[in-house]
Amino acid sequence: MHLLPTPEQRELRSAVRAICESEFPAERLGAEASTLDRGLWRRLGEMGLFALRLPEVDGGVGLGTAEAVLAFEELGRALVPGPLVATHLATPYLPGAATGERLAGIVDLREAPLLVEHHADLDDLLLLDGDRLLRADPAAVPARPVERPLDPWTPVSVAAAPPDGEPVAQGPAVAALRRDGALLTAALQVGIAAAVLDRAVRYVGEREQFGRPVGAFQAVKHAAADMLVRLELARSAVWAAAATCDAPEAGDPDRAVAAAKLLAGEAATKNSLAAVQLHGGMGFAWEVDVHFFLKRSWLHDTCWGDADTHAEALAAAL
Amino acid sequence: MDIAYTAEEDAFRAEVRAWLGEVLPALPPAPPPHDWPARRVFDTTWQRTLYDAGYGGLDWPAEYGGRGASPVQQLILLEETERARAPYGVANYVGLKHAGPTIAAEGTPAQKERHLGPILRGDEVWCQGFSEPGAGSDLASLRTRAVRDGDDYVLTGQKIWTSHSLVADFCEILVRTDPDAPKHKGLTWLIMPMDAPGVRLRPLRTIMGSTDFAEMFLDGVRVPVANRVGAENDGWRVAMVTLSFERGTAFTGELVNSMVLVEELARLARKLTRRSGTAWNDAGLRREIGHLAAGYDALWALTLRNVSEAAAGSVPGVGATVFKLRLTELRTTLLELFARLLGRAGLTMSDLDDLGNGYYVEERLRALSLTIAGGTSNIQRNIIAERLLGLPK
Repeated sequence: MHLLPTPEQRELRSAVRAICESEFPAERLGAEASTLDRGLWRRLGEMGLFALRLPEVDGGVGLGTAEAVLAFEELGRALVPGPLVATHLATPYLPGAATGERLAGIVDLREAPLLVEHHADLDDLLLLDGDRLLRADPAAVPARPVERPLDPWTPVSVAAAPPDGEPVAQGPAVAALRRDGALLTAALQVGIAAAVLDRAVRYVGEREQFGRPVGAFQAVKHAAADMLVRLELARSAVWAAAATCDAPEAGDPDRAVAAAKLLAGEAATKNSLAAVQLHGGMGFAWEVDVHFFLKRSWLHDTCWGDADTHAEALAAAL
Repeated sequence: MDIAYTAEEDAFRAEVRAWLGEVLPALPPAPPPHDWPARRVFDTTWQRTLYDAGYGGLDWPAEYGGRGASPVQQLILLEETERARAPYGVANYVGLKHAGPTIAAEGTPAQKERHLGPILRGDEVWCQGFSEPGAGSDLASLRTRAVRDGDDYVLTGQKIWTSHSLVADFCEILVRTDPDAPKHKGLTWLIMPMDAPGVRLRPLRTIMGSTDFAEMFLDGVRVPVANRVGAENDGWRVAMVTLSFERGTAFTGELVNSMVLVEELARLARKLTRRSGTAWNDAGLRREIGHLAAGYDALWALTLRNVSEAAAGSVPGVGATVFKLRLTELRTTLLELFARLLGRAGLTMSDLDDLGNGYYVEERLRALSLTIAGGTSNIQRNIIAERLLGLPK
């Protein structure tokens, strides 16, 4: 038992952080973009982010879930836009997803209204239908883009009717895909929770009122401390869940992932809300980038099971 | 990143489990909580039993009679003893987790020789004399004076919250030796025999109705200079060493106990009938219980992280304060949920039917001490903000 990243895993994390900082620096968040940066996507593919867990015999990197959550935390921290989780999960089924040549999306047909993220940019669309996974051609799915998406970096379209597709997987493979989707999203949420904490700490250390940095006031300190508590517990839960997915005999992967998604969602959203509050008036200004993180948190909360769903699953496991 | 235990660790767990299966059924029933002399005998006998089996000072270095076991093995022992509901041995706590390790790290050869063996064997019970009526969160402002007189210090002042001091042999006491120095620079850490003339105790009744604590009055108590641990006026640093031993796996038992209680909470909810079906039919309640389970799973994961850091030879950085803060707050949430389920059965600490309410109601009260003792929650938040996040003082 050793629940810490190994030196190799720490290296991978640093490498992902470096590429995020150079390819998608924070300054880009303020410049709205309607289409995805294909160059960035291919760079992520070249790094092996999408094929990270694909076995080497299938042309993948052959690493585990532990490496994947460390990488995805960094993608979340940088708020890299695009269907990251979907493309990563699609690699066993869609040629071209692994290299970043093709963009894949996923929708769960149980959702109503049926919103497709990044529809105009997608090359492939996977459909979750109960315990079946289907593949559809996004161009053949009639969907109307909404005019004012909540998250400026995540355009969404409303599908007119549930699309059809050809089956590509079913049963345990689909259950595992749902679990992995929840865990990778939780890792993105941990990254968001960390990024907004960094921003809040920086701001309250600089901003002066009443003749001192506002971060010297206990009420502000305690809000920041609570952000760290949420972050570290969520990160611990995500690491434990990833390690359990990699060694399923050592625990209950479903339960571990439910706890991770629940707490990471809470950490991302509550930390983002706290970060807006700690920025005072500037937290409500577009130019301060914290709102992008809050909006992405709200989006992730609706994906791969919301808090209530996972809380129910955890209770049922008792 | 690996969550699976090694074959060696699994074997150690099996060994502990088998041993507990042998010794626990032979234990006499625990004495009533208010009978401190009987509790001392019960707790120290359990410590002796642990010691004889080689588990007494698992985390202590072999040269002091311990086993020098790995942090993972300590974790396994704590987990197994708590799951098996072995005695907690509260009377041994200060000796095993505070005074003993402090003396091992900072004491003289004579102090080690005198105290470490007896603590491990359960022959010596210790209490803590740090807090004072005027020095709680601001511990360094304490005012109990120690004045040098020949080969002795002469102590005058008052301590409070000295747990199980009514049956203790020694007290780890923090006193002021230089009133003119800045508050952190004038303190000294001493070993005070509790039978020294001038030590007077007054039991302090808690909101549970119990007398786990006492007020301690010191009137010209003579403590030999040879009983000083560390240098004169270096007591603050020694005290920080003392408290650092609490940070590792000290509260693991509390966590395991809480995780067992979450399972009991779900069982109780499934059993209690309501107008329609059972309490478990309430989706809101189920989700709160699921939330609680997630919180405890995360605390367990954080424990594994902290233990892994300790095994790698580093002091838990982020983990210890975050753990203490969240563990104690969740305990209150957990016991409030029990109270909600119990309704008016929660009005008594005596058991009704087979609800187990007595224990839950007592724990509901005891939980209130946990967010205060060992640094209040708000002090923990200050520590996190100033030391971990670097916010201005």
